[in-house]
Amino acid sequence: MTASRSHRVRLDAITHRFGASTAVRDINLDIAGGELVALLGPSGCGKSTLLRIISGFIRQSEGRVLFDDSIADALSPAERGVGIVFQNYALFPHMSVGENVAYGLQAHKWSRERIAKRVAEMLDLVHMGEFAGRKPRELSGGQQQRVALARCLAIDPKVLLLDEPFGALDKNLRLDMQIEVKRLQRQSGITTILVTHDQEEALSMADRIAVMSRGRIEQISTPTGIYDTPQTLFVNEFVGTTNVLRGEFIDGSAVQLEHGVVLPVSPDKIFQQGHAVVVSIRPEQLRFQPAPSDGVFTAIITTVLPLGAQVVYDVALTGGPSLKVAEPRDAEGELREVGATVYLAPASPAACHVFPAS
Amino acid sequence: MEADSRLVLPLAALFTAFFVAPLVVLLLLSLHGDIAMQGWTLGNYVKFFSDPFSYSILIDTLLLGVKATLVCLLFGYPVAWLCASAGARWQSVLVFLVILPILTSVVVRTFSWIVILGRQGLLNQIVTGLGLSNEPLRLLYTEVGVVMVLAQVQMPLMVLPILTVLSKLDPNLGDASRVLGAGEWRTFFRITLPLSLPGIIAGCILTYAASITAFVTQTLIGGARLIYMPLNIYQQAVGANNWPFAAALSIIFMITVMIVVGVLGAIGRRSEIHGRA
Ligand SMILES: Nc1ncnc2c1ncn2[C@@H]1O[C@H](COP(=O)(O)OP(=O)(O)OP(=O)(O)O)[C@@H](O)[C@H]1O
Ligand SMILES: [Mg+2]
Repeated sequence: MTASRSHRVRLDAITHRFGASTAVRDINLDIAGGELVALLGPSGCGKSTLLRIISGFIRQSEGRVLFDDSIADALSPAERGVGIVFQNYALFPHMSVGENVAYGLQAHKWSRERIAKRVAEMLDLVHMGEFAGRKPRELSGGQQQRVALARCLAIDPKVLLLDEPFGALDKNLRLDMQIEVKRLQRQSGITTILVTHDQEEALSMADRIAVMSRGRIEQISTPTGIYDTPQTLFVNEFVGTTNVLRGEFIDGSAVQLEHGVVLPVSPDKIFQQGHAVVVSIRPEQLRFQPAPSDGVFTAIITTVLPLGAQVVYDVALTGGPSLKVAEPRDAEGELREVGATVYLAPASPAACHVFPAS
Repeated sequence: MEADSRLVLPLAALFTAFFVAPLVVLLLLSLHGDIAMQGWTLGNYVKFFSDPFSYSILIDTLLLGVKATLVCLLFGYPVAWLCASAGARWQSVLVFLVILPILTSVVVRTFSWIVILGRQGLLNQIVTGLGLSNEPLRLLYTEVGVVMVLAQVQMPLMVLPILTVLSKLDPNLGDASRVLGAGEWRTFFRITLPLSLPGIIAGCILTYAASITAFVTQTLIGGARLIYMPLNIYQQAVGANNWPFAAALSIIFMITVMIVVGVLGAIGRRSEIHGRA
């Protein structure tokens, strides 16, 4: 069932301009049937614009949109057969839940009996069977979202587009709905694009993440790929937290940091000697050392944040910036104290990501 | 609590002095038998309902309002829709054009319509000039003319409430409809129109009430032979000097209008409940 319903979606060199400003620039994205891809990026980076291009509300200035190798550019939104869940759900307020779900089927000229059967089936799928007669305003946010999902899945869309679908939900409900959507997506095998600016959401839900910045895709990779091997400083800083230190490239295996320490690195890319670079180390990749030595930072703890399973320390380097360090907390382990002098080193040279300084 | 009720006093006094008191006077006046204003009687009301000519005027007036309101809605809705979907700059230009009639005196507006509608008027010059008709059309002093002018003059009252509702509509609703496979027509009739019903009802109430009471427009465009309630009341009061009968006519007119507006309002409230998100 999964394979027959899953459609491949391809964006081929898509550029879109609003007047003089370019909202998205040269976007290439190949989404396999049944895949869930997250578009992750800060506000204004062009995520919604891209979604509107895929759904056919905006005609791109350049490039092509392909569904299963056929060009969709000339098709209207009604003809494309995509499903969208809007951030505010956009349920029709004057119609009942059942009528909302039936709407697309009526537009597709289904018979009355088939519609009734399908509506019941879809509402059961999202556990909203007993709410068919209610008006949208009589539902909670999570319930409205389930209805919005049922409404757009009812017409069996080629691709499911979710524009910040969880933004309006509180934290616990958001987690529930994320699991629910993931379950529905797996179950139906529908190709899905999820727009979000919440990195945790992207990391937990997506098969692949496309990180966007200022209209461009910075990196497309699996969640672990994005987190562990960021290709640009932007991706590194946007996904997860990190410590950024300025320095100068010495040779293929070391960076001279601004405040003195020489750090062993193993970069993918070799820079010229003397090239200004930044080194990024994630808080959990810094380890406490018993004593000072080469390539080890000396610092003083300024803040202790016990965050449940791990402790985050703010430390001030002598003669340099401050760093965040995360350490797993064992049950009996004492917290380190504010004001204590500590010695820190990266877990490995590979934990230090080197980027050209901008 | 006490402070609250005292704040209402000035308004209440104003209402009593300028609204309730005249109404009471009007009601008392209508219960006097004759011009001499002696004794109490329902005679004026009996006279109205037993005189076919009198109540046919009432019916004509109510129907005139229906026609003018329908024409106004027919032209006003697309105008409101155009305003709502225009960009910010065009929207202000269009809205200005729509409210322009309000900014000129009703007498000036009506006389310019006489110039347009008359036998030698602009419209007839165009019609005969283009050879569409050999004879000049009779528009002035006909009900068609009155309806046309009323519809134009009251247009802002129709357009503005509809525009308000349309511009508050969530644009995602239209997009959601289209992406579910609905064409523009289905989207309009199933989504946009039902959700703009509160604005339509409000616009209809305003244009209706304004059209049937538009003394100047009705009289100048309709002429002396087309008699509607306002002119009828005026003639009874000033022409025949029969103030009690004029008062009774006013009361009857007012109550029928209140019933019509009340019914429309009830429909409006229902559609509002349905339409609210
Ligand atoms: N209709 C429009 N006309 C002109 N510029 C637009 C239009 N829509 C979007 N833009 C611009 O295009 C850029 C991308 O907008 P877009 O809505 O795609 O961002 P986004 O990534 O969805 O942001 P957010 O997370 O805030 O929703 C922005 O700079 C925005 O100002
Ligand atoms: Mg957006």
